[in-house]
Amino acid sequence: MKLVTATAILSFAASGASAQNQCAAGKTIDDGVLTVATGNPAYYPWVMDDAPESKQGFEAAVAYAVAERMGFADDQVTWVRSSFDQAIQPGAKDFDFNLQQYSITPERDEIVDFSAPYYSAAMAVLTRQVIVDLGAEANIDALRSLKWGADANTTAVPMLAEVIAPESDPLLYGDNADVVEAMKAGQIDAALFDLPTALYLSAVVLDDGVILGQFPAERSESPDQFGMLLEEGNPLKECIDAAIAEMTADGSLAAIEAEWLSETTGVPVIQ
Amino acid sequence: MALADQGGQGTGRPAPGPTRRQIYEAEVRRRSNLIAAGSTLTVLILLIVLIPMAPGWEGVKKSFFNAEVFARTFPGLLEAFLLDVAIFAWSAPLIFILGLLIALCRDVRKPALYPLRLFGILYTDIFRGIPVILVIYLVGFGVPGLGLPRPWNSPYIWGTVALVLTYAAYVAEVFRTGIESIHQSQRSAAASLGLSSSDTMRFVILPQAIRRVVPANMNLFIALQKDVALLSFIGPVEIFRQAGVYKSLLANFTPYVGAALIFLAITIPATRYADYLLAKQSKARS
Repeated sequence: MKLVTATAILSFAASGASAQNQCAAGKTIDDGVLTVATGNPAYYPWVMDDAPESKQGFEAAVAYAVAERMGFADDQVTWVRSSFDQAIQPGAKDFDFNLQQYSITPERDEIVDFSAPYYSAAMAVLTRQVIVDLGAEANIDALRSLKWGADANTTAVPMLAEVIAPESDPLLYGDNADVVEAMKAGQIDAALFDLPTALYLSAVVLDDGVILGQFPAERSESPDQFGMLLEEGNPLKECIDAAIAEMTADGSLAAIEAEWLSETTGVPVIQ
Repeated sequence: MALADQGGQGTGRPAPGPTRRQIYEAEVRRRSNLIAAGSTLTVLILLIVLIPMAPGWEGVKKSFFNAEVFARTFPGLLEAFLLDVAIFAWSAPLIFILGLLIALCRDVRKPALYPLRLFGILYTDIFRGIPVILVIYLVGFGVPGLGLPRPWNSPYIWGTVALVLTYAAYVAEVFRTGIESIHQSQRSAAASLGLSSSDTMRFVILPQAIRRVVPANMNLFIALQKDVALLSFIGPVEIFRQAGVYKSLLANFTPYVGAALIFLAITIPATRYADYLLAKQSKARS
């Protein structure tokens, strides 16, 4: 195994195509290529038009920026698709890192590795105009009496129980589309999403979608931060962390965020 | 595997004791039991020794058989399973009734009532042909989407309707085979006694037919017990969804293993009971 890697590095270095910095060289699953995974489909505004290769969308842009810092040119980045379950299953991974709004939690960190956070997500309440007309308000007491839903695979589920503690048990679904469908069917009044996702759903998917308000990222004891998911013990982690630290320090990460997630400012905060 | 040969052959005994043949057969039985036990044990030991030798075993163990995660999530799973039991309990009688009605539709023999028969045929064709999960999605989201007010748009109601619609098609087919297995001569005999055709069905055919297909229906209801978990797709937090929530929060598949164990605790006894009924029935027939 080591021998193979060593020869691969040698032959690669000899070919002269190497552009990786010291850190990342030889640590990717395919030498000289960075394999990045995203969701299937990948959603706006994280990836535009489900086409991460276009570099359009927040996560696509972050992935290319991190790749560039590690010395991978744009054409040295390939994309694969993965579900959450595929990302956490034991065994070899088919990606170097996987970014699709994975919240970093200590429990998840025991099974897989996370990079340093690249985004701090506020949670937002998505509802419909009819519910607002019926008197739903952006305060905890009013929210408590609503019928809630959430995507079962997200940290919105514990957040719902902790921060809002609804009077009736929430209904949980397999993905965003199902939550929206239940909302259209009137089976739930409101749902909790990360803010950019909630903005997308209210603007594009729901005809009468309304963002009632947001819980700032700092509100809960453990803020919801997105990290890139890596196989447990992946040596590439330190290179990615270094790249993200650099981007945070020189403001380029904030610039990408401003470019793609600027709408998130101006959403009222729930008291 | 050395088996000591303790042959009891050749010891001629007087008539009241076991005959030589019985002694010989007992010996053969004992020996095959020993061999069966021995080979089962060998396979088990090989599995227990070999699987952990696989390179990824540590990872698999941590993700699927994590004792800490198991202990933490099992009580929650058990509680969520009560919802599965409840959904099953109210679905099963409805399925029985609707299945029987559809089967009766298919057995209608009067020409004027042919539309009923056609309905029965179409119904079973359609609902046996669509995967349960699609029916659950279409009915569970589609019908409430028409604008029903709460609580009539509840996913519990429409999810149950979807399960009942699908499973009634299967149960109807089972009832139909039961009805058709009753010989035509019984109908003729009933007619000659002056029974109307509906009385014949009610007092002659159905009591025999329903009894005859009990084991086949048991199998369907075991399958139903598992498919109740599909309702989780439209919202209810039953055991499968609860396990999914734990899986997502802990990035660990152990809760699924826990859920599987809970299902097995119900379905294995039920399967054994169905087998027992089948065996009893085939004995009674032969």
